[in-house]
Amino acid sequence: MSNPMGTNGAGDIILRIKDLHTYFYTDIGVAKALNGVSFDIPARKVMGVVGESGCGKSVTALSCMRLVQRPGKIVKGEILLYSRKRGGASGKVVEEIDLTSLDPMGSEIRQIRGAELAMIFQEPMTSLNPSYTIGEQISEAIVLHQKVDQGEAEKRTINILDQVGMANPRAIFKRYPHELSGGMRQRAMIAMGLSCNPSLLFADEPTTALDVTTEAQILDLMRDLQAELGMTIVFITHNLGVVAQMCDYVAVMYLGRVVEQAEVKPIFYTPKHPYTQALLNSIPHAGSGVHTRLQPIKGIVPDPYANIRGCPFHPRCAAYMPGKCDVHVPAITRVAEGHTVRCFLYSDEVEE
Amino acid sequence: MTDQAVTNSKDDILLEVKGLKKYFPVRGGMIRKGRGVVKAVDGLDFFVRSGETLGLVGESGCGKTTAGRTIVRLMDPTAGEIRFNDPKQGWVNLENLDRKQMKPIRQNMQIIFQDPFSSLDPRMTVERIVGEPLLLNKIASGQELQDRVAELLKVVGMRPEYMSRYPHAFSGGQRQRIGIARALAMNPKLVVCDEPVSALDVSIQAQVLNLLEDLQQDFHLTYIFIAHDLSVVEHISTRVAVMYVGRLVEVASTKDLYYSPQHPYSEALMAAVPKPDPGKRERPIKLPGEVASPINPPSGCYFHPRCRYAKDICAREVPPLREVFPEHWSACHFAGELKLRGIVGKSD
Repeated sequence: MSNPMGTNGAGDIILRIKDLHTYFYTDIGVAKALNGVSFDIPARKVMGVVGESGCGKSVTALSCMRLVQRPGKIVKGEILLYSRKRGGASGKVVEEIDLTSLDPMGSEIRQIRGAELAMIFQEPMTSLNPSYTIGEQISEAIVLHQKVDQGEAEKRTINILDQVGMANPRAIFKRYPHELSGGMRQRAMIAMGLSCNPSLLFADEPTTALDVTTEAQILDLMRDLQAELGMTIVFITHNLGVVAQMCDYVAVMYLGRVVEQAEVKPIFYTPKHPYTQALLNSIPHAGSGVHTRLQPIKGIVPDPYANIRGCPFHPRCAAYMPGKCDVHVPAITRVAEGHTVRCFLYSDEVEE
Repeated sequence: MTDQAVTNSKDDILLEVKGLKKYFPVRGGMIRKGRGVVKAVDGLDFFVRSGETLGLVGESGCGKTTAGRTIVRLMDPTAGEIRFNDPKQGWVNLENLDRKQMKPIRQNMQIIFQDPFSSLDPRMTVERIVGEPLLLNKIASGQELQDRVAELLKVVGMRPEYMSRYPHAFSGGQRQRIGIARALAMNPKLVVCDEPVSALDVSIQAQVLNLLEDLQQDFHLTYIFIAHDLSVVEHISTRVAVMYVGRLVEVASTKDLYYSPQHPYSEALMAAVPKPDPGKRERPIKLPGEVASPINPPSGCYFHPRCRYAKDICAREVPPLREVFPEHWSACHFAGELKLRGIVGKSD
């Protein structure tokens, strides 16, 4: 498989996911949440992962964080982290670590998690501990990872709270999560994610629960912080508007696979995969000024236990070719510089 | 969105709401004594024309759902008038009717709920869910009832064979279709749609939105479409009303509201819509502070502490909702004078 980002070696890649399979072994069967996910995450960029419920976008992030819980299991594949932090004082030496080889409860992943990889979630109320103050929760992570004393951790925490746009960081430090509004809680979550200056932040639908004006402000904040800190963000969302506003690169997922990947403009202006095209035709385009009838995608998103032969999108696809799409899984094909797609419209190549 | 639907005549009005208020008492503490009120809906004035879709938008807690439920009398209003042009009885004031008096009018006013998982009784078959209104109003029974339910299911794009199944057997989109079939059973005039697509996947949203548009054409339905997704509202609405902390701040045709808003809050909303076009990236308008509390709202214009155009008068006087341009109402002291940006407008 060629390098989908069109980059040479691991120079500007921070994470490379190769043929990742994560399954959930439940009483009613095996849910193949990830069924061969491969993509590269370019460093210091915002990578959008977009798809509908059950496509595996959250499980991808959880797998990278090694936070997949039983009955879930990574059964195959590699997650290669190109760590700069641990590679000597100059930061030039890059160390390759396969995260799948680490013990999910071991000390090595615990050092990486929080310090190099961080994650923020959709619902801040369920991810913050209700019985500790915001300040205690953030400074705990700093003490743990940065080997500083309580006083220094407190100072840094107040600094970060200020950075994420809290009007009165000293007062917020002493507040409990329930005392904050939804937007403020999400800011506190982001502050916690940033507390140890991670190189890669997974943001799982961080604005979905927020009102539109608050959402716009949180997105703006994340953009600013990303540029300022030179951080990489993997932005998981179902909202194509948010993707267009936020991301530099996009991976479109459907039923446990990445079906298309490119820079943000080709995804919106010259989408190749029938699923990407269909998604874009099914949403109202705010501000387009014309009323066009929406073109829904027929059928429903299949449940994860469904064992669909061939391309998983073929039962809903407008370009379905019998005898081909329902038999084989299309391989990843390069259609343009940095633009890959899994579809028989562009290549006959079959995944073994 | 069609301009032709906006006519200036007052004859085709189906529903008129005047000074509608709904307050909830706040209780707390060990001794349960009243500690003020939540002014969820605090004086709404608007009308809905027959055959149109009036979008009702605003952020969480602004009172849009309470307004919808009060209009169909699922809740009792605290004050104000709800006037409905019933096809049989003519103009009726609904605010003081009791259950019995409401019953014949309810046939013409239905509601579709947001969550297709909690709005259908899990112990009822689809046949009972959709057929219940027909049975209760003694319109059909036995074979006739079954035929009618089968027909309704076909209308919403479902197979009639499914009528003996229970809700758990269906996906979110199909459940929402069942909810729509139930609302249509009585052949209503007005349907209040409360966030009907926000719980659905993107690809399924389009199916339900198209269905609602088709049904409106076929049965000459009038919708009050309550939603927070401004892209969806732009797509489906003839006119749009914007709420902020229990009050209306702007009412206009969809085009006027989206492209030349006359209230600073609407302007901020339009700038915040995430446009699905990477070539149209915009910085949001900074709104300092938080949404005002409906328990203890600020003086004057509720939006003034967050408004970048606010002057002294805004903190003193409540701006009335006034017709700034024909068919374009705004509750801003400076409406018509401010140059506000619409949804695609870049700063000049």
